[in-house]
Amino acid sequence: MSAAVMEKQVIPAQADGREPLLRVEHLKKYFPAGKKQVLKAVDDISFSIGKGETLGLVGESGCGKTTVGRTILRLYDPDGGAVYFEGTDIYKLPKKEWKPMTQKMQMVFQDPYASLNPFFTVGEIIEEPLKIHGLYPNKAERRERVYELLEMVGLNKDHANRFPHEFSGGQRQRVGIARALALDPTFLVCDEAISALDVSIQAQVVNMLMRFQRELDLTYLFITHDLSMVRHIADHTAVMYLGTMVEYGETGELYAHPAHPYTQGLLSAVPVADPAYCRTHTPSHLQGEVPSPINPKPGCRFCDRCPRATERCRSETPQLREVGAGHWAACLNL
Amino acid sequence: MSEHLLEVRDLAVSFDTYAGEVQAVRGISFYLDKGETLSIVGESGCGKSVSIQTIMKLLPSPPSRIKSGSILYRGEELVTKTDKEMESYRGKEFSMVFQDSMTSLNPTMRVGRQLCEGIIKHQKVSREKAKEIAIDMLRQVGLPNPEKTYMRYPHSLSGGMQQRVMIAIAIACNPQILFADEPTTALDVTMQAQILDLMNGLKKRLGTAIILITHDLGVVAQMADRISVMYAGKIVESGTADEIFYNPRHPYTWGLLGSMPSVEQSSRAAKSELLSIPGTPPDLFAPPKGCAFAARCNYCMGACLKEDAPEFKADDGHMVRCWLMDERAPKVTPPVGKYAAVTGSAPAQIPAKEEG
Repeated sequence: MSAAVMEKQVIPAQADGREPLLRVEHLKKYFPAGKKQVLKAVDDISFSIGKGETLGLVGESGCGKTTVGRTILRLYDPDGGAVYFEGTDIYKLPKKEWKPMTQKMQMVFQDPYASLNPFFTVGEIIEEPLKIHGLYPNKAERRERVYELLEMVGLNKDHANRFPHEFSGGQRQRVGIARALALDPTFLVCDEAISALDVSIQAQVVNMLMRFQRELDLTYLFITHDLSMVRHIADHTAVMYLGTMVEYGETGELYAHPAHPYTQGLLSAVPVADPAYCRTHTPSHLQGEVPSPINPKPGCRFCDRCPRATERCRSETPQLREVGAGHWAACLNL
Repeated sequence: MSEHLLEVRDLAVSFDTYAGEVQAVRGISFYLDKGETLSIVGESGCGKSVSIQTIMKLLPSPPSRIKSGSILYRGEELVTKTDKEMESYRGKEFSMVFQDSMTSLNPTMRVGRQLCEGIIKHQKVSREKAKEIAIDMLRQVGLPNPEKTYMRYPHSLSGGMQQRVMIAIAIACNPQILFADEPTTALDVTMQAQILDLMNGLKKRLGTAIILITHDLGVVAQMADRISVMYAGKIVESGTADEIFYNPRHPYTWGLLGSMPSVEQSSRAAKSELLSIPGTPPDLFAPPKGCAFAARCNYCMGACLKEDAPEFKADDGHMVRCWLMDERAPKVTPPVGKYAAVTGSAPAQIPAKEEG
């Protein structure tokens, strides 16, 4: 199947004729890795996210999911492909026009310890994007906005004068979210935003993110390795393996009927919090490890670990094709 | 001789710091029998790592200080043992798998030498024999090409392989008890599943007892025979895995179980609010007077603020430290577990909001 046809159908919001909020086409990001070696972190990925939706991007560490998020926000320069945000190709925007665009696209980072400047007070951290974009030029008004944001994320005014080190991990992540929301964005990339937090705090932050989505009509790209959390919050889920997308579908459908052997292995490896279930089920786990993404071999990248691999898998690169309504998988044996 | 392999009674550990005394562990008791897995569950900072590091006496003193309690290993008191005496226990009777394999292995030593160190010390064998045992251990933990791995440095191994090397070091001298401190937290789910399989297999083959520390209840369900839930330096609930998962009695356990989304949840449950525990754990510089969980508890009563709850027995062996168990307390329906207000197959399913 030609890639062009594939995209048209992979984009869920286009089914009802609406332009999705974000459309990623053939995104590529390569990193040089020494002598004539290339690390293909993201290799030809296409997907789209409709307004007000959440796309969960899952995969093992090193599969390129963070690179996807960062390249979409132009934190990395892409090596190919296009990203359409509200219909505009953001990679073609000149620098001048790109800056106002960043107001609408913000990011929540993984590590709440490393992503807040320790020399700034929390108030200054949240204020910084407002200053950069010249919003609220009146100092008093700006302060008011900072207080409002702090209250939105469940902190209070008094916290504005404190430094990040005085806060717990959960509170810092709230500060990170307040900073991301300061500019009233429509699209948020949450890159492992809850992975560093304790279970009970995770639930608080996730509940808060879901509330904001309802109230502020936000769209999320939710990057994580936590498959249960994606099941809980994402409308659609994309599974990545070594820089390529192996499966995409509506979350409930994808979890109920995973088509790609990698997705099946990944899901069976998630521990189920039910002792009786664990005693009766002995799932077959994926063996081996993720191979190096440097100069990958031709053919399916998963074939060395795949229980169903055939000779054909070693020579032919599988393309995404539809295996159910809106459910896509890249496997030759389907 | 005590009947248990390891018995900890009323152990309290504090750290003396410039800012004051941190009461990291405030009186915990548990036991471990041969060949079983006990899991200690709790959030960061609740004292789970401190308690097992105290048992192995790995904490420097000062600043750490065992305030009270006793640790009996096969009836022998460990609290009064000197560092020198502990050396014959560590590695031989007890061993430990740490969370962060990257920082726990010595980066300047080849894998083989790190493995042989303990073997030579405890089994009193020659260097050649030790190498033989070491390579066999590497094979047992499922490392491909053990002879080659023996000569490699830790940095050239992946996270999963490093964790396997750590397990090989830990089981090299056939320890009676394996302490595993968040052994899979830094790993991907697929690697986690492989490591848990490995640990379960070793436990069956060697009969090693395991104390597993984790905050992941999914891992606990797969591994544990018995579970102790810790909060702010105390064990708030302990029982068999079934008792904790299907009939939890402490509001903190309810919160832990409810705040975890499940992969197998229904579409209706997805996108709903997770049952979260409001607030954050208390400061252990000055633990609250009453129940440490009272400030975050939806079921908090007057008594909870005045005095910490004693240990109540729910069933034989099922201990709960909560005033709700008192006969004068009102009856509440737990939001999770077998007797939950909503029906559902998975115990960690998202419950409806508690009424009243």
